[in-house]
Amino acid sequence: MKVEQNCFIRARQQDGDAVILTLEVGDMVRESFRRPGQFLHIRCGEGLLLRRPISVCTCQAGEEQDLITIVFEVRGEGTAWLASRQPGENLDVLGLAGNGFPMEPEGRYLLVGGGIGVPPMLGCAQAGAGRCTAILGFRSKEKAILLDRFQSCGPVQVATDDGTLGYHGFVDALVRRELEGGGQYDAVLACGPRPMLRSVAKAAGEFQLPCFVSMEERMGCGVGACLVCACDMADGTKKHVCKDGPVFDAREVDWNG
Amino acid sequence: MGKVDMSVTLAGVHMKTPVVMASGTFGFGREYGQFYDLSRLGGICAKGLTLRRREGNPAPRIAETPMGVLNSVGLQNPGVDAFIREELPFLRQYDVAVIANISGDTPEEYGVMCQKLHRAGVDMIEVNISCPNVKAGGLTYGTRPALAAEVTEIAKKNAGNTPVMVKLSPNVTDITEIAKAVEGAGADAVSLINTLRGMRIDVATGRPVLKMNTGGLSGPAVLPVAVRMVWEVSGAVGIPVLGMGGVSRGGDAAQLMMAGAAAVAVGTACFADPFAPLKVTQELEEIAESKGLDKVSALTGSVQPWQ
Repeated sequence: MKVEQNCFIRARQQDGDAVILTLEVGDMVRESFRRPGQFLHIRCGEGLLLRRPISVCTCQAGEEQDLITIVFEVRGEGTAWLASRQPGENLDVLGLAGNGFPMEPEGRYLLVGGGIGVPPMLGCAQAGAGRCTAILGFRSKEKAILLDRFQSCGPVQVATDDGTLGYHGFVDALVRRELEGGGQYDAVLACGPRPMLRSVAKAAGEFQLPCFVSMEERMGCGVGACLVCACDMADGTKKHVCKDGPVFDAREVDWNG
Repeated sequence: MGKVDMSVTLAGVHMKTPVVMASGTFGFGREYGQFYDLSRLGGICAKGLTLRRREGNPAPRIAETPMGVLNSVGLQNPGVDAFIREELPFLRQYDVAVIANISGDTPEEYGVMCQKLHRAGVDMIEVNISCPNVKAGGLTYGTRPALAAEVTEIAKKNAGNTPVMVKLSPNVTDITEIAKAVEGAGADAVSLINTLRGMRIDVATGRPVLKMNTGGLSGPAVLPVAVRMVWEVSGAVGIPVLGMGGVSRGGDAAQLMMAGAAAVAVGTACFADPFAPLKVTQELEEIAESKGLDKVSALTGSVQPWQ
């Protein structure tokens, strides 16, 4: 983990409400990439005291400059500042932070993403290209992002809340259908809103499949020192999303908390 | 650079620089130790300890406010024994003053923890009587002079020759009353300020952002309160003051020292910039040099108030 104070913004794209930034991050990927599902802790201007955690979508080691792509939506002051950055500007980035999804070299995974939880699953899809199926959920057709990128890695199924694209309903129904249909997977990996993660974890449990979920919580330091981003565990303890997570074994999480 | 003697002494403890990490923002040093050598710091106030492990409060535990941060962690920690067993040996690898911060549910618990920490060999014990985020103990002791004195006395009785510093709450009408009470009970130093109680409400949902509803405010927003209180306390007691509250630049640290602090702590600033304590140290040295001082300790109490 390191701090790169001058990460050059190489490109900025907008896909509906999603902002896509490609950053030159020095040797950050070579130094601290562990697995897909890690995050960057990004300073959002001088006026804000807390960095904002943004999931890594994809990353790539380079000879001089490693590249990281992040995809996010405006949620508040910090992300609004970040969304207004332009190519050529610099960002102060701490990373790569946290642990990602456990993926074995030959493992087969069912990847599940919901809404703005979809982008980090692309890193998993690339790492497991040809051995993974992606189930992606969006509110509507207009909110669907990154579909062609996922399709280039393997089969993709889409669900929308309003039925404007793909299956009309939630992703956990597609997860059940895929697993009932005999799809052979070593684990389910998921990122999205907490209710979605909970129902996906339940579905995976019905098929005795391990499930790993990427959790979200308001964060302070991002490195494990301040202990604010607590996640309730089933054994009554609290772990921290930034250092112990953001990915947890779904069986360890207290879903009633 | 390098002409200014940056060392200070706080309650008999020698520190290479006057910049200490504030308790609760720096864990036990391991995380920030990834970014730089912890020996470059003057001291580390470790994360607040209790007699037994605590899991702390439900999340969300943090909210950003204008130039401030509210937190309601609630003293999550592994317990004093686990600290001594697993964290203290790590901190001891570094040439840095190690200050253990303790909170008790009863005065007796403070005594037990002081005994353990004295035997384990920390450089100083910071007695927290001002945590705004726990129901029992904590702030209750910090807002009543007689209780503050009782806790201090028990801590002193059990800490052997390990200096005892009492961390004061700003959530009082007159902080000098508490400061004088703990000085009278034998405290070797005081540290201030702990966080100011605050609240933020999400207007869209009508819910407080923090799950505990209220929390403790830190960050640049509280600096002027800290400077004022350090000034008042250092004028009221003879024991040294560790000043803290919103320090993110050398000039902030200089203000606290000029107000009377012998040393300063950096906390919340680390979240935006892990290197903040090193920058504060360097800028403080530049300020001392620009004033023609040969030692940074000459800043302490050097404010010239208007009559």
